[in-house]
Amino acid sequence: MLEFIRQLGRGGISQFAKLGRANLFMLKVLAGFPGLLRRPGLLVAQLWSVGVLSLMIIVVSGLFVGMVLGLQGYNTLVDFGAEESLGVAVALSIVRELGPVVTALLFAGRAGSALAAEIGLMKATEQLSGMEMMAVDPIHRVIAPRFLAGFISMPLLAAIFSAVGIYGGYFVGVALLGVDDGAYWSQMQAKVDLFDDILNGVIKSLVFGWVVTWIAVFEGYDAIPTSEGVSRATTRTVVYAAFAVLGLDFVLTALMFGD
Amino acid sequence: MKSNKTTELMVGMFIAAGLAALFVLAMQVSNLSSFGNGDTYRVTARFENIGGLKVRSAVTVGGVRVGRVASIDYDSERFQAVVGLDLESKYDRFPEDTSAAIYTAGLLGEQYVALEPGGSEDVLKDGSQIELTQSALVLEKLISKFLFEKASEGDKK
Repeated sequence: MLEFIRQLGRGGISQFAKLGRANLFMLKVLAGFPGLLRRPGLLVAQLWSVGVLSLMIIVVSGLFVGMVLGLQGYNTLVDFGAEESLGVAVALSIVRELGPVVTALLFAGRAGSALAAEIGLMKATEQLSGMEMMAVDPIHRVIAPRFLAGFISMPLLAAIFSAVGIYGGYFVGVALLGVDDGAYWSQMQAKVDLFDDILNGVIKSLVFGWVVTWIAVFEGYDAIPTSEGVSRATTRTVVYAAFAVLGLDFVLTALMFGD
Repeated sequence: MKSNKTTELMVGMFIAAGLAALFVLAMQVSNLSSFGNGDTYRVTARFENIGGLKVRSAVTVGGVRVGRVASIDYDSERFQAVVGLDLESKYDRFPEDTSAAIYTAGLLGEQYVALEPGGSEDVLKDGSQIELTQSALVLEKLISKFLFEKASEGDKK
């Protein structure tokens, strides 16, 4: 019994220690940002691998999510003779929720896992220690550009997802199911607010981008430097990122739309 | 990794695409296009009951949108709702005895303010007040009135 309580305590302490390490790590990464101004090439290379290479999955998913919403929304709304509101339904659900959340989940799977695995492997093959030997700070050189690239990419990807999704809903609703073209857009423009809906969606995606990339680079950096440790870090990245995104989404939604 | 120039080009295109998507969301999807483009002037109107009218609801004349509701206040001395209406400056020829009514778009739709021009020579200016108003229709009141009349009819028989 005593042993069990002791283990519980050990687990708690190690979790808190990890949280502390993550926060100190974040501070160091932030301190590395000014150095990036002198070497924008590093950032561009990471924007390529984190942002551009995620474009495909984001565009395709956004298109299909929008199309499914168009189809489902139409089937529900047509019973009430309210299929003209399809544009509002699609736009609000995508801009407020699905755009930021689905993008963040896909981003965690596509870019977050890659970041964690890459950094973890760098650690396992002692490339990070090698940099330290050469008096190059690996956090400034390796982590900071990756973190900043993720933080920049995520809101852009979410915006692309939302725009593509709304056009996907437009394609299904207007072109295939015969909702009126003008009603789709005009009802949407009447009900979607620039600040309440779109800006809050962008804020959500900024928060998610921050958290997902933070988890990814920290898990990679904190990984046990063995092949098993790297694989665990990659798994944890996706799982924790998904938890964090969904939990934060509830909190943010309650704060933004809860009045 | 690809050559440096290709990478930079693709990253540039990615960022441009992201910003373009934001732009599309702002212009095409949201109400930005209906935001106060051009000057407006403010007139007020007092209603007994405004129903579900909200700030930024439409103000129309003959079905044409000429402005929007800018503010809603309550005058606790006269027990009336005070609604501020922002009308676009290009529509500056409304007679002073224009009347305002709150209607509902469709059976369950949004409520809006409809203006009905009168016949006066003088026109509404910034700060004017619309004197003739008609409150929103409250469904419960209507139903209870109807039931009440039915009941009193029954008494006579």
